[in-house]
Amino acid sequence: MPDPAPTHRPVVSVRKVEKSFGSGNNRLHVLKHVDLEARTGEILMLVGPSGCGKTTLLSAIAGTLSVEGGEIEVFGQPLHRMSGGALTDFRAKHIGFIFQQFNLIPTLNLAENVSVPLLIQGVSNRAAIKRARAVLESVGLGDRWKDRPGKLSGGQQQRVAIARALVHEPPLVICDEPTAALDAQNGEIVLELFRGVARAPGRAVIIVTHDSRIFSYADRIARMDDGEIIEVHEQAHPVPPHFEHETAH
Amino acid sequence: MFGLALKMLFGDTAKYLMLVAGLFFATFLIVQQASVFCGLMRWTTATLRNVAAPIYVVEERVEQINETNPLRDTDVARVRSVSAVKWAMPLYSGIQRARLEDGSYQTIQLVGIDASSFAGAPARMLEGRIEDLRLPNTVIIDELAIERLSVDKDHPIKLGDRFEINDIEARVVGICAAMRSFTGGPYVWTTYERALQYTPASRKMLSAVMAMPVDGVSPTQAAADIEKQTGLKAYIVGQFGKDPRDFSHATVWWYVKNTGIPISFGTTVIIGFIVGVAISCQTFYAFVLDNLKHLGALKAMGMSNFRLSLMLLTQAFTVGLIGFGLGLLATSGFGWTALEKQQPPFYMPWIIPVVAFGVIQFICMLAALMGIVRLSLYEPAQVFRA
Repeated sequence: MPDPAPTHRPVVSVRKVEKSFGSGNNRLHVLKHVDLEARTGEILMLVGPSGCGKTTLLSAIAGTLSVEGGEIEVFGQPLHRMSGGALTDFRAKHIGFIFQQFNLIPTLNLAENVSVPLLIQGVSNRAAIKRARAVLESVGLGDRWKDRPGKLSGGQQQRVAIARALVHEPPLVICDEPTAALDAQNGEIVLELFRGVARAPGRAVIIVTHDSRIFSYADRIARMDDGEIIEVHEQAHPVPPHFEHETAH
Repeated sequence: MFGLALKMLFGDTAKYLMLVAGLFFATFLIVQQASVFCGLMRWTTATLRNVAAPIYVVEERVEQINETNPLRDTDVARVRSVSAVKWAMPLYSGIQRARLEDGSYQTIQLVGIDASSFAGAPARMLEGRIEDLRLPNTVIIDELAIERLSVDKDHPIKLGDRFEINDIEARVVGICAAMRSFTGGPYVWTTYERALQYTPASRKMLSAVMAMPVDGVSPTQAAADIEKQTGLKAYIVGQFGKDPRDFSHATVWWYVKNTGIPISFGTTVIIGFIVGVAISCQTFYAFVLDNLKHLGALKAMGMSNFRLSLMLLTQAFTVGLIGFGLGLLATSGFGWTALEKQQPPFYMPWIIPVVAFGVIQFICMLAALMGIVRLSLYEPAQVFRA
């Protein structure tokens, strides 16, 4: 685990990262010398049109995708130099994941789903379930821990996914289109949760999104296009209209 | 994590049941057919069990117990003359036809034994006494004969009842327990001399000589001495698979090599294996594909390929254990019924379920391996591309 960091200390550092898919004439350059930083205590949103490389960059930061050039450091650890096993361990301990489709296991109840990151770390089943119930309580689903995900609404499932991402107290939370499957009301509830999550000491939240309704929750917004970071906007000022306009595509 | 793996398995009820069903049928086909085959092979050696003797001396070209190349009566004396032989008695064994009261005929396995020593007499009498065979025109029948030689099923044949063999009266003085013969006819015991009367005459009628080695000499050694000194073939009984002279082993192998029985049963066993592989591998692979999104999420969240593989192996092993258990239970039920009814033949030595368990687990591990390969090729980043 990283040291308790002062607020706004850089925790994710992406420098000159390159990634391409395919080969020969079909080679597609998805990330082109990308530079980016994420800091503790903030919500950083990656926005941009479809196919611009947001998810690829997020995957690289999460350590689930190797890059061809450049450097990625997360909490001072150089992911680009780590072996597969070390990356797997790193992800288990330092990163919480929230997926677009929630990816909750339908045959497990909510507490079992939430306990998965703890079980991956070798925590006993009993202790993991106890902790999972406590975290479910914090997202307002404490009384439904025995239910299966299929019984919940989309918003509730996303809250369970958030609980799962936070149960092992990771310093970095990665979210892929967290509101894509939610209506406006549920999207707001979820984003309020994210705001609380990001304010936890030493933690950073990176969100990939198309959803311009939630831009106001970001501390910084990095706009991507064609594999490059075009602009990083600090949220002390209103979101420029062209952000919403371009990401709407 | 193993609990998690099992909950994922049991939670997908349709695939779980399909997997169990596939492995159940595979187990049933493999164990049942192998056991019926073993039972059938055991039937081929029924005479050796029903007419027990440590050494059988037969004509030199005889390869199995149900083959009869008659010996000369004087061969009994020649065997007795071997110093390693304690005693030697004549044996008649042949298929005859019994004529029942209503004029119908039934095939029987007629056994003629020495009237003084009763060597080769039934081991377990259910009714009557062996000694009554010394009375004129008497026979001892086995339990199967009650079913086969009864004219009226409501009035089964009993002590004192009569039938004819070769137009000569045969009066039942005893009923015994015996293993069923390969040819399906009931065993009928009588004395050697009377068996010759019951049988149409021919120049040589002695089927075999039963012998016992003297104290301190092994049956194998005595058999070797008999062969050396008489030129006849001597087999021993009771060392199945361990001694080349073993008559049971020689008999079973004769049937394996000279009949289509093993091919027939072997084909069904292979079909069982193929059914198991086809259903289980396909279903388990589909199960993995269905769960790939979730397994990929686990991988992204930091679960190693090794632990994911262990989860799949746990699921495959568990479903194999359950399918095998149910299949074995069903086969045992079948076997119990078969033994009660005395057919079809059924014999399940411990090696069959052990090997079948290995085969079923092999199928499961193969299925798991397919899933493991698929999962190991799955990039965790793919989970972001929903």
